[in-house]
Amino acid sequence: MYKYDAIDQQIVDERVKQYRDQTRRYLAGQLSDDEFRPLRLQNGLYIQRHAPMLRIAVPYGMLSSKQLRKLGDIAKRYDRGYGHFSTRQNLQLNWPKLEDVPEILAELATVQMHAIQTSGNCIRNITTDQFASIAPDEVIDPRAMAEVMRQWSTFHPEFALLPRKFKIAVSGTKQDRAIVQAHDIGLEFYRDSNNQVAIKVWVGGGLGRTPILGTVIRDHLEWQHALTYCEAIIRVYNMHGRRDNAYKARIKILVKALGIEEFKQQVEAEWVHIKDGPNTITEAELHRVAQHFEPMPYETLPAHDAGFDSAIASNPAFSSWVKRCTHAHKQSGYRAVTLSLKPHGKPPGDISSEQMQMVADLADAYSFGELRASHEQNLILADVKLSDLFAIWEKARAAGLATPNIGLLTDMICCPGGDFCSLANAKSIPIAEAIQMQFDNLDYLHDIGDLELNISGCMNACGHHHVGHIGILGVDKDGSEWYQVTIGGKQGNDASIGTVIGPSFSAEEMPGVVQRLIEVYLKERTDEERFIDTVRRLGIAPFKAHVYAEKEAA
Amino acid sequence: MSNLIKDNALVADEWTRVIPPSLGDEVVKKQAGKVVLFKLTGEPTYSPAQIAATQIPATGKVLLPLTVWQANVEQLASRMAAGEIGILIATHEPLDSLAATFADINELPLIAVFVERFPDGRIFTIGNLLRTRYGFKNELRAVGDVLRDQLFFLKRSGFSSYLIRADRSAEDALASLKDFSQPYQGAVDDALPVWRRVDRA
Ligand code: HEM
Ligand code: SF4
Repeated sequence: MYKYDAIDQQIVDERVKQYRDQTRRYLAGQLSDDEFRPLRLQNGLYIQRHAPMLRIAVPYGMLSSKQLRKLGDIAKRYDRGYGHFSTRQNLQLNWPKLEDVPEILAELATVQMHAIQTSGNCIRNITTDQFASIAPDEVIDPRAMAEVMRQWSTFHPEFALLPRKFKIAVSGTKQDRAIVQAHDIGLEFYRDSNNQVAIKVWVGGGLGRTPILGTVIRDHLEWQHALTYCEAIIRVYNMHGRRDNAYKARIKILVKALGIEEFKQQVEAEWVHIKDGPNTITEAELHRVAQHFEPMPYETLPAHDAGFDSAIASNPAFSSWVKRCTHAHKQSGYRAVTLSLKPHGKPPGDISSEQMQMVADLADAYSFGELRASHEQNLILADVKLSDLFAIWEKARAAGLATPNIGLLTDMICCPGGDFCSLANAKSIPIAEAIQMQFDNLDYLHDIGDLELNISGCMNACGHHHVGHIGILGVDKDGSEWYQVTIGGKQGNDASIGTVIGPSFSAEEMPGVVQRLIEVYLKERTDEERFIDTVRRLGIAPFKAHVYAEKEAA
Repeated sequence: MSNLIKDNALVADEWTRVIPPSLGDEVVKKQAGKVVLFKLTGEPTYSPAQIAATQIPATGKVLLPLTVWQANVEQLASRMAAGEIGILIATHEPLDSLAATFADINELPLIAVFVERFPDGRIFTIGNLLRTRYGFKNELRAVGDVLRDQLFFLKRSGFSSYLIRADRSAEDALASLKDFSQPYQGAVDDALPVWRRVDRA
């Protein structure tokens, strides 16, 4: 993965110094709350219901074992001994002290980490596929470009105070796993007819209160122009995006207001002036960065391993874990492993300091000392030999990290909600836990199969509820907590936004509602159908009928 | 003591900023229960009555809103020729109308950009465009809600002077011009991204 040189290190060190002084001035009363807010936000610090929350960047999801150990150590010393992996490949601490944050940032800088632009109205952490470089369907490893873009966007002076936050995702696979269509800019790398690396550029996607999937603004962009083209887009947005109403300030609203044709024309008119300028990426620079992402020193292995095969045959628990939690790898004899941070009955994405140390040990022992964080809020060991899988499983299971539920209903995405977040309408974690307990039977879960259930505590949509096959949204009715349910959302190339099934439910009703949605699916599905396919084929009517029929009867 | 930073030092401010009088007829716009804090592009800053009622000092260097200049071009022609007129635009004013008003934008010794609230990042794009697109070479000043924590970005966006908000120390603010020694991306102050600036191999 990318290693800092003296220049990168100097930038994070200078940032720590700058932020230390900003915090000092704030505490000394020399900066007002309003003046300090954007400064702390651009350093990932929210002020929350109970305490500040610090969001630490995990650029495009890549972590080293050393970094994870440091995170575990920080969580222990400055927080309550755990952290939370978010849907944007960040790690969040829920209880740090405002005064301690400069010290935490200084500690992070010692392992080449930071919290720069993890929040605030600026270009955020750039996200990508958690299986970058190892996925069999990958056309282009997007990580070098993601790093080039990370550097370019870091303290970009022109885009330091945008109308609203700005999220960029990159992907280089046939099957999009980075949800590029749900980002302000999505860059999809591919090889064009001349076998050159090209980019399909999406703009104006986003969830939040006005969920919209992005539109293609350019089908073909040569990779060299990635930065200048993004500059043209963001410049048009910076000048013309709305600043009078935070809910209408995202680029998606501007694109919609102008229409994609007009927006595109303005972008292209801007781009003419900066195309081929100094921010054009050179072959040499891409190569310099790409060297950090060379393939791992893999062993040459056969596609099968006898010990592994026999363990699968003789151990059903291991076998079901392998089925759900390991993933195909480009390299023969290797797999990627997902460590589930979704044990039943715990907040999705939470991980204790001890678990972090233990996962770091696993990475050192079995996966070249590297890890990835996924937007599904799990951790991934990307490069594991088949012959090591059984040992990993045993250790992960002992640490509570081997729930074989990846891709299943209980592998849900969930925001912190009302327990932690001051914007929440309703709690989300207890709903997640209640549903997990309702579906605590693994055989039943496997029978239900692939299903994505996403929960957000308010329409800011941190839990991506719109693109969940089942989406749950906390709403406020006369001061009490209710939940609105959507079905038919999906991420990926054929992304869609879910449809609301009807009036909302109380917290106690929620596990039963999910249960009834599943019942309809199990009754109606054809052999090969996943939940989402059945919903797409039948529409929401039969689901709605069954859910509300029982509600009325009751 | 002046609160003006220019070329990395505190200096006396030679310019008098001319502000059209408030005639008590401004409309307060509301949206979703909140006062609108940001004007959208293209809205007029001052009404014709306000412009007509504006008093311009008879001597010395004056900084005028673009619309005030446009209403007084002839009367002020000699002072313009003497380099006594600077123009101030607000962040929501289109740059094209500024450029269209002057045959050569470099006739102006000073352009100031007024930012009403510091989170209005349009000022950075405006600085950039004035330098790179419109070729403005003289003093480019940030005025209004100008605070030290934005200075580094303003500098990189092409500004050369900063009138720090009156209740803050400009002396302290000087330090922030040096927040970062080797920024990553090319911008106005240094067009080269770091990888073209130094050898990183
Ligand atoms: C606990 C404190 C949090 C606060 C106060 C917060 C606040 C917000 C707000 C206000 C928005 C909406 C912005 C908009 O659409 O314009 C938002 C969006 C978002 N948040 Fe959070 N958030 C929090 C935690 C999280 C966590 C833990 C995650 C990840 C699990 C997360 C992921 C996201 C994502 C992915 C979006 C974007 C949805 C979109 O594309 O519009 N947030 N957040
Ligand atoms: S979705 Fe709403 S409740 Fe959940 S974390 Fe985001 S802002 Fe908070």
